Amino acid sequence: MGLVLNEDESLLQDAAEGFFADKAPVKELRKLRDNRDEIGFSQALWKEMAEMGFTGVLVEEEYGGVDMGFMASGIIAEQMGKNLSASPFLSTAILAATAIREGGSDDQKSSWLPKISSGDAIIALALDERAKHNPDNITTTAERSGNGFKLNGSKAMVVDGHVADALIVAAKTGSQEDGTEVTSLFLVDPNTNGISTERTIMLDSRNSARVDFNEVEISGDALIGNIDDGEHILRKVLNAGRAAVSAELLGAGSQAFESTVAYIKERKQFGKIIGEFQALQHRASHLYSEIENARSAVMAALTALDKNDDNSEDICAMTKAKLGSVAKLASQEGVQMHGGVGMTDEYDIGLFMKRIRVLQELFGDASYHMNKVALSNEY
Amino acid sequence: MTNLKAFSLEVRTWLEDNCPDEMRQPITSDKDICWGGREWEFQSKAQKIWMELMAKKGWTVPTWPVEYGGAGLSRAEEMVIKKEMKRIGARSPLDSFGIWMLGPALLKFGTEDQKKEHLPPVARGEIRWCQGYSEPAAGSDLASLATKCEDMGDHFIVNGQKVWTSYADQADWIFCLVRTDNTGKKHHGISFVLFDMKTDGVEPKPIKLISGRSPFCETFFKDVRVEKKNLVGVQDKGWDVAKYLLTHEREMIGGQHEVAGSLTRPLHELAATVLGLDDGKLSDTMLRSKIAETEIDEWAFSMTLTRKLAEAKAGSSLGADSSMLKYYGTELNKRKYELMMDATGHDGLEWESDRSSDGKLARTWLRTKGNSIEGGTSEVQLNIISKHILQLPGA
Repeated sequence: MGLVLNEDESLLQDAAEGFFADKAPVKELRKLRDNRDEIGFSQALWKEMAEMGFTGVLVEEEYGGVDMGFMASGIIAEQMGKNLSASPFLSTAILAATAIREGGSDDQKSSWLPKISSGDAIIALALDERAKHNPDNITTTAERSGNGFKLNGSKAMVVDGHVADALIVAAKTGSQEDGTEVTSLFLVDPNTNGISTERTIMLDSRNSARVDFNEVEISGDALIGNIDDGEHILRKVLNAGRAAVSAELLGAGSQAFESTVAYIKERKQFGKIIGEFQALQHRASHLYSEIENARSAVMAALTALDKNDDNSEDICAMTKAKLGSVAKLASQEGVQMHGGVGMTDEYDIGLFMKRIRVLQELFGDASYHMNKVALSNEY
Repeated sequence: MTNLKAFSLEVRTWLEDNCPDEMRQPITSDKDICWGGREWEFQSKAQKIWMELMAKKGWTVPTWPVEYGGAGLSRAEEMVIKKEMKRIGARSPLDSFGIWMLGPALLKFGTEDQKKEHLPPVARGEIRWCQGYSEPAAGSDLASLATKCEDMGDHFIVNGQKVWTSYADQADWIFCLVRTDNTGKKHHGISFVLFDMKTDGVEPKPIKLISGRSPFCETFFKDVRVEKKNLVGVQDKGWDVAKYLLTHEREMIGGQHEVAGSLTRPLHELAATVLGLDDGKLSDTMLRSKIAETEIDEWAFSMTLTRKLAEAKAGSSLGADSSMLKYYGTELNKRKYELMMDATGHDGLEWESDRSSDGKLARTWLRTKGNSIEGGTSEVQLNIISKHILQLPGA
């Protein structure tokens, strides 16, 4: 059925669990935050992730990757969620690797995929532009200019855009006969004239960027895939991204839940351990049920991607909707059940709430995906 | 895996050849569900043929050993059969408490003689069983049961009352929890016995429910004689059998909506038909988002059912996770029927009309309210999760 891990995946899970708990636990995120780290993550950690094969999890072996598939990528993302480990895994190892693998030219593949595998390049996806995720409403344009293109527009929520060695930019390249606009993807050097980048430190102490493109001249070979054909690559990139974010939400949500259950087994009030109160027991048990369903959804989505299932897009949408809701519930219940200390910076539960809030929003919140699922089912 | 593929092909061909067309149509009335038993009147020839063909194949109880009427298949193979049946919309050939509950209990706790006597007639749909568990003063707190069972040396005498006995008025035999000792703790002194509903002193009385239907009875026992060979497991230790069976019951109730889901139209289709679309979207946008949320929850829950079954090794029980499935599945089913009532509006309120098939939806909606009460209320399931899974103190 694919909803149970195979032996390789179980081994990977053990390895990833030990690795992130040891190398990048929550206190490392606190250090990065408190030291106002220049880039917001540890380059040394990223290098070690490369040595573990994590950065090349979706890269073919001929480009130095381990090519273990989406289930494996989700297993890694889940452990990062559990530990709030900061790294460019999502931007580079998931989004960029998928985009280049699916649409890249041989040159693009051989220049970038080995660097992804070795941890020598960070690549960010510049897709969204406004307050909400909306890949169907891109306004950034790429007009033909000489042998290349000229980019104009503004991007927001470009995860890891502040340290990227390359940007994958989604831009409109024209319209079809029926008037619908078409998108193309470009692989762009962020140091090109006309690009300005602002690092935006987010509430989870992680990084994103706003990137503006003003009359940016790029060459024709910057195109990923065929002209006007960016959408089908983008769909695959977004499916992979939504599944990975969901896996990270699963890790963060279940860790928030587990630490909350541990807390209510210790905290005493009215001469009793508060976990004895049925009001809390029932809420915790409900949350347990929801997290089980969330786990099933994540595994179903990753399995669908590995099987290249025709329904992958719907399954990833349902999963992102479900995980957004369940992880949010886990963080809200977590803070409430922690009581006063849940409001303090000292306890980790608040950090989980913050990370979950960001991941909920990334690539579409629950409302976005509910609407998407409804439209796909013709209602 | 290749074996399963070959098996799946074999099942597909056999079903194509043997499942009557009439048995591939959606269920429209209660009579379409075949319960079997001495008094059963087949609603059609096809219903009879279908049950008998499947029974002969051992596929009414695929995982039971062949000598007791099953086909000796693995859980994975059973899932293949279910999947293939679902593919052609085949109805269940036989529904029965004998299959779902007595069978698992006897297979685990019964003597060889008991298995040989009782299981094959269940598999063939010849004997219909009911369950004597709840009592007026022992509902969710089942272990407080008081139906008295006296040891008379070579037999027992049973006196007392059960309630919520499903279809007791139509059942041939009952498996029943009785009290053989009331001097110790409440979980001690319970025994699990079997007897024929035709025995002198057994009297079932149907209870009329809010749905207008009477699937449940009160069942009275006055000096009912039960043979000693019909004691299952150890005398006074029937709670072990009962607990084991409750686990099965929870899995069954929790998973029911999935089966129902395959037979009823998706919620959104019903809503779209009644309310209409506006620019490709359901015209009631507030209801639309509730429907989407519920359908996504249903999908995720169905993935959990699949995952938990795959995780549980063949024949093994899900343990306390069955409480999670029961809790979530029944609450979800109630949510779904509330939305169906919202979607059908005035039409759904008709209680007596051909248009509404005599209030079929409304009656089912009312029936779902019992899902989270029977087999242990949702609150009891949450207590079990708290105690056995989360290991919270004092739960």
